[in-house]
Amino acid sequence: MSAPNEPEITPQVVADHGLTAGEYERIQELLGRAPNFTELGIFSVMWSEHCSYKSSRPHLKTLPIEGPRVIEGPGENAGVVDIGDGLAAVFKIESHNHPSFVEPHQGAATGVGGIMRDVFTMGARPIALLNSLRFGEPADARTRFLLNGVVEGIASYGNCTGVPTVGGEVYFDPCYNGNILVNAFCLGLVKTDKVFRARAGGVGNAVIYVGSKTGRDGIHGASLLASAEFDERTEEKRPTVQVGDPFTEKLLIEACLELMKKDWVIGVQDMGAAGLTSSSFEMAGREGTGIEMDLSKVPLRETGMTPYEILLSESQERMLFVVEKGHEEDAIEIFRKWDLDAAFIGHVTASPSVRILFEGREVVNLPVLPVVDGCLGLERPARRPVWLDHVKELDLAAVDEPAQGGAALKALLGSLNIASREWVYEQYDHMVRLNTLIMPGSDAAVLRVPDTNKALAIAVDCNSRYCQLDPYLGAQIAVSECARNIACSGGEPIGLTNCLNFGNPERPEIMWQFEQAVRGIGDACRFFDIPVVSGNVSLYNETKGEAIFPTPTVALVGLLEDRDWQTSQWFKNSGDEIGLLGETFPELGGSEYLSVLHKETRGSPPALDLNREKRLQALVRELIHGRHILSAHDCSEGGLAVALAESCISHPETPLGAEIGLFSPLRKDALLFGESQSRVVISYPREARDTIAARAGERKTPFTPLGSVGGEALAIAVNGEEYIREDVRTLNDLWRGSLGDYVRQTS
Amino acid sequence: MKCGVVVFPGSNCDHDCYHILKHILGLSTEWIWHKDDADLDRFDAVVLPGGFSFGDYLRPGAISRFSPVMKAVTRYANKGGHILGICNGFQILLEAGLLPGALLTNRSQKFICKPVATVVETTETPFTRSCKKNAVLKLPIAHKQGNYFADTETLQRMADNGQVLLRYADAAGQVTEAANPNGSVGNIAAVANERKNVMGMMPHPERAADPLWPNVDGQAIFQSLIESIAS
Repeated sequence: MSAPNEPEITPQVVADHGLTAGEYERIQELLGRAPNFTELGIFSVMWSEHCSYKSSRPHLKTLPIEGPRVIEGPGENAGVVDIGDGLAAVFKIESHNHPSFVEPHQGAATGVGGIMRDVFTMGARPIALLNSLRFGEPADARTRFLLNGVVEGIASYGNCTGVPTVGGEVYFDPCYNGNILVNAFCLGLVKTDKVFRARAGGVGNAVIYVGSKTGRDGIHGASLLASAEFDERTEEKRPTVQVGDPFTEKLLIEACLELMKKDWVIGVQDMGAAGLTSSSFEMAGREGTGIEMDLSKVPLRETGMTPYEILLSESQERMLFVVEKGHEEDAIEIFRKWDLDAAFIGHVTASPSVRILFEGREVVNLPVLPVVDGCLGLERPARRPVWLDHVKELDLAAVDEPAQGGAALKALLGSLNIASREWVYEQYDHMVRLNTLIMPGSDAAVLRVPDTNKALAIAVDCNSRYCQLDPYLGAQIAVSECARNIACSGGEPIGLTNCLNFGNPERPEIMWQFEQAVRGIGDACRFFDIPVVSGNVSLYNETKGEAIFPTPTVALVGLLEDRDWQTSQWFKNSGDEIGLLGETFPELGGSEYLSVLHKETRGSPPALDLNREKRLQALVRELIHGRHILSAHDCSEGGLAVALAESCISHPETPLGAEIGLFSPLRKDALLFGESQSRVVISYPREARDTIAARAGERKTPFTPLGSVGGEALAIAVNGEEYIREDVRTLNDLWRGSLGDYVRQTS
Repeated sequence: MKCGVVVFPGSNCDHDCYHILKHILGLSTEWIWHKDDADLDRFDAVVLPGGFSFGDYLRPGAISRFSPVMKAVTRYANKGGHILGICNGFQILLEAGLLPGALLTNRSQKFICKPVATVVETTETPFTRSCKKNAVLKLPIAHKQGNYFADTETLQRMADNGQVLLRYADAAGQVTEAANPNGSVGNIAAVANERKNVMGMMPHPERAADPLWPNVDGQAIFQSLIESIAS
């Protein structure tokens, strides 16, 4: 059994497929024979780091995945969380880092396409996209090109499919010079009784291929591109990047959702990484069945493709359906209406194996379980990096405290990590489908849930500088800050999805970072009672031995039982009072201030007290729900001063000034630019002050009135002396303009 | 009053238009599939919504104008039926020759999604009759090819005949270069045909018409249509 003219399998061929000699031996043991070349290809992708999670699995098992609202947790294409009214939110975040570095436009575009398919595969209509992007330092020659390409790629795909891109984050740091990050998030809505699973049930049922024709693109995208680090030959890997066709994706969404209304549809999975191979094996694996299919019936883009190529192609916009026997034509008819290719290529079998025919001969016959579950989890060694002791040292006495704060505030507002993301989100259609209640530019995006009074708040977050200095704490802060963003928008977190971006797991220091970060996310989620419902791991994010900072990106979905609770970060009216919830400590470690003004990434990240954080978030929600406050903005990068400035200038129409008086024994830069956790800047009508004070007292959260909204300037006095006074229009121009100005510079 | 919303395979503002017409304005509204070229006489108005009708890898609208429904749309236009093309719908009407001019790629070469101010140039059309002349409507735009162009002669004829309906303006209604988001000649945001029964506009009135958001300026366009048809 084998396809004609297959190469002989030599140790070199095995190595070229990214498999170790030990793994090849195990394959032979499990099969009781040697695989043929096509079968080796199948093992190569299914046992790759990207598909098998072999390094990360033992750690991921420790994450809390259960909760009263969870309908589907990790293991399916996306997580499914009950939001009441018979509806569920379906969401996941996924990386497309390596393809985006090699070919930014297509890499990012297909990242968006892939995550969208994961969501509508579950039967959900995608209603929101977000993304988390990391680029190298602005001065690096490739950064501008990559930023432009990635944003255009996301825009081209999301805009065309009619799914709004409503939020996200963008950061720059030299650690990403050789390895950018593109993490794409999608959320969809589905009726709880119409959730589809990726299962090949019912012996004799039909296997239907739909969507784009299969071509030679993306072969070994998952195994060779995503599961190895970059080197001098990275450019040669460009052919492993897939090319996206958002128009076909749009047709596929409509056709699939139309098909899924039929009660004879059994299961469905998208052909993402490892294409037809992973979809068929995984669907059979989840159900304990087998599949027999004939590759001669697969719609092909070009002639002369071998079974190996057809099985391993990662051509985009393809899905595999299992429908009840006898409904093959009914299913194909729906796709014909949408001018999409569809073909009846096989059926479900009782014997748990996948048998593949091509031009009348059997080319693959593999038992399902060894392929999907046979790869051994690796207990990779982990070791705390010795350099951590050095970078954690921070002597504040050696850091100059500026006599006046205006210049530092302007430097921060104009720095690319803090400046407005308007240049980015103006390229995304963030309004289509008329659900976006809070547009990009606030702590979290808020979308209404159509046909209900509810809304969903969504935020993504990770401060990788903190994670570099302390991955456990950094990961806990990522969860906490993301939850704080949800709270500031009026929502209660109901589920988390994560995208764990790390370096080469074969290095013990990287494994240590990974282990610490997963533990941090797990501990924080357990504390806040937030289930982890889906996620993705991206390893080997390094070039020539230089790893990125650990970047465990988290995305949180929050529920607002009443959409009128929606709250944005900007001040609303002149005359309102401004206050701070939470407490400021002398913490400058790992801060943006230290990085921008003193060119240092060192010290310990700010301390996090989970109890304090939980009380703060409950208080913010209570004040919002009681309609006592009009705006809420969390203090993060750039500290209190930047949070105050953003509250003044992020108003979509008119910037408002503020008069602030602070009293504190702390050094002024720590007071204004330190990034102490668990703090929120609020504004409220004067008459609400006493209620807020009382509620804050009950929640044991410090509340300090700071001043009032109004005037043309942001003026901050410390202990009675003016420290900052800047015209808000100047701050606004600087903050809104700097990212666009950077991109438009030609040299 | 009965409205039809044309659905091309890549339309993506079809649901939004349907929602505003049916649920917000309470009008009887039906979908019209692009492969259907049956007469549209049962409708009082037909909307071509925004989106990427055929992916728009070629010029937007260049393929959609060959959809069977466009024959029906053309017949309907020639009989004087009211047709509103929004964004991609505008692009399709131009490609179909039902409106003058062309839409080029934005000056910035980028997709632009943001609210802009427009000023009403004439109220002598079925699409603007409920507006006050020189009123400022704040409407979102979301397009990459919205840079309106026509030659001088055509522009003159359009101006003489009152075919320019909206121009991009500042908040005070002044038509300035700074208020031009995409490079459109004369800041043109919306035009009509000679007979004024067909309108194309780049801004999205359906994105500013649901009272769930503070801005409902877009309702003025739909209200005008309702009034025209009632009279």
